Amino acid sequence: MAAEVFTLADLTRIVLEAAGGGESVDWGDEKVLDTEFEALGYESLALLETGGRIEREYGISLDDEALSDMPTPRALIETVNAHLSAAARTV
Amino acid sequence: MSGAAAVFTGMGVAAPNGLGADHWWAATCGGTSGIGRLTRFDPSGYPSKLAGQVPGFVAGDHLPSRLLPQTDRMTRMALAAADWALADAGIDPAALPAFDMGVVTASSSGGFEFGQEELRKLWSQGASHVSAYQSFAWFYAVNSGQISIRNGMKGPAGVVVSDQAGGLDALAQARRLIRRGTALIVAGAVDASLCPWGWVAQQTSGRLSTSEEPQGAYLPFDAGACGYVPGEGGALLIMESAQAARRRGARVYGELAGYGATMDPAPGLGRPPALRRAAQVALDDAGVTAGEVDAVFADAAASADLDEVEAEAIGALFGPHGVPVTAPKTMTGRLYSGAAPLDVAGALLAIRDQLIPPTVHTRARPAYRLDLVARQPRPAAVRTVLVLARGHGGFNSAAVIRAAGQEDAARP
Repeated sequence: MAAEVFTLADLTRIVLEAAGGGESVDWGDEKVLDTEFEALGYESLALLETGGRIEREYGISLDDEALSDMPTPRALIETVNAHLSAAARTV
Repeated sequence: MSGAAAVFTGMGVAAPNGLGADHWWAATCGGTSGIGRLTRFDPSGYPSKLAGQVPGFVAGDHLPSRLLPQTDRMTRMALAAADWALADAGIDPAALPAFDMGVVTASSSGGFEFGQEELRKLWSQGASHVSAYQSFAWFYAVNSGQISIRNGMKGPAGVVVSDQAGGLDALAQARRLIRRGTALIVAGAVDASLCPWGWVAQQTSGRLSTSEEPQGAYLPFDAGACGYVPGEGGALLIMESAQAARRRGARVYGELAGYGATMDPAPGLGRPPALRRAAQVALDDAGVTAGEVDAVFADAAASADLDEVEAEAIGALFGPHGVPVTAPKTMTGRLYSGAAPLDVAGALLAIRDQLIPPTVHTRARPAYRLDLVARQPRPAAVRTVLVLARGHGGFNSAAVIRAAGQEDAARP
């Protein structure tokens, strides 16, 4: 079975629901991928809440400590996709 | 008496009869009540069905989207009220040293609506569905924390929890901090727990009105007193040392000149209730005599036993019909911690406008021998006001609010 792919658009939707967005972040600009979450104004709880929503929606389990240390959106997207690929292989 | 005088230089209000200090004060002086049937949820299955609900508060109009997933309704209103209070005081917090500014709020319920929603998810969907923000969004201290973070205030912060009395206890704590050297404190309270879980909790006091008639449900000091109507909202006030306020040329509404707090004796001991003593301590602290008090904002519990205690305390201090007494909270319901800061805002505007706001719907029992300011606001020379607040479980607090310009008069 082909793995589902988690994209910047998916992350954007979930982050905005979980922790809001607003003036200071342009999620439509791909530069956001390599901007640190801290610089984007998302602290560890925002990442935990975002991670929790990803886990529920995609049926995967992320490590809480790894989540709160996740440096950038790109790192989070890659981590989620690695979990999705692993899940697809075991089906 | 020691240290700097603490003055009020700004106010922000969210009340059932008006959002924003101007709207609320106009409604209050006009006798406009905000009490009605609960609309936030269906109250038909509960004994009490009326409440004072803050109208027209849309959080997204006042706060950035980042704050919405992590805040209860009471915190959203508190953040907006704090913004308005700072603007009213002409303070830009970004321009002041972070450690010179602090926050003290009171709370009686915490973020009940937020908590209810997350607990519902916990038991219906499981722990993984509970918001990470539940970790703080329902705490008593959350309003102080969020106000300090939003405004970059790194000075002393805290919360006091003593039900309705807490609204005055917070202002007193702010005065303590100012005397210890913090230039500015955001102080006051906004409470809101008009959700099914909060509603059930409030019923347990046995003191809520079950009347469904908005004009007859909350009648303090009336022969028909039948308990109180709860409400949501309150006020945040900017308190500064008189010196700091003077230095920056601030408009000063008035001073927190005196404060007293007591606990009632345990039931069955036969000792007298302690409200009168709290008021006497506050007068002594302010260095004023009863004869100098121009108005009393009453706690107004609207249960015959508690009304009698309050009427006796006022009579003992001021004599029969000895001072104008008012309870504008008859237009809002009792706002728990939010009630007394709102009454203090009312006292400050009564001093500004030389006008005592009215008590609506109620007719004082003649036996209480109170000079109740009923139905119409009363023009009067108002320089000194006593505010009373009692909390469930025996808390009594009293504050003396005095016109600006006398901050140093009573200093020894």
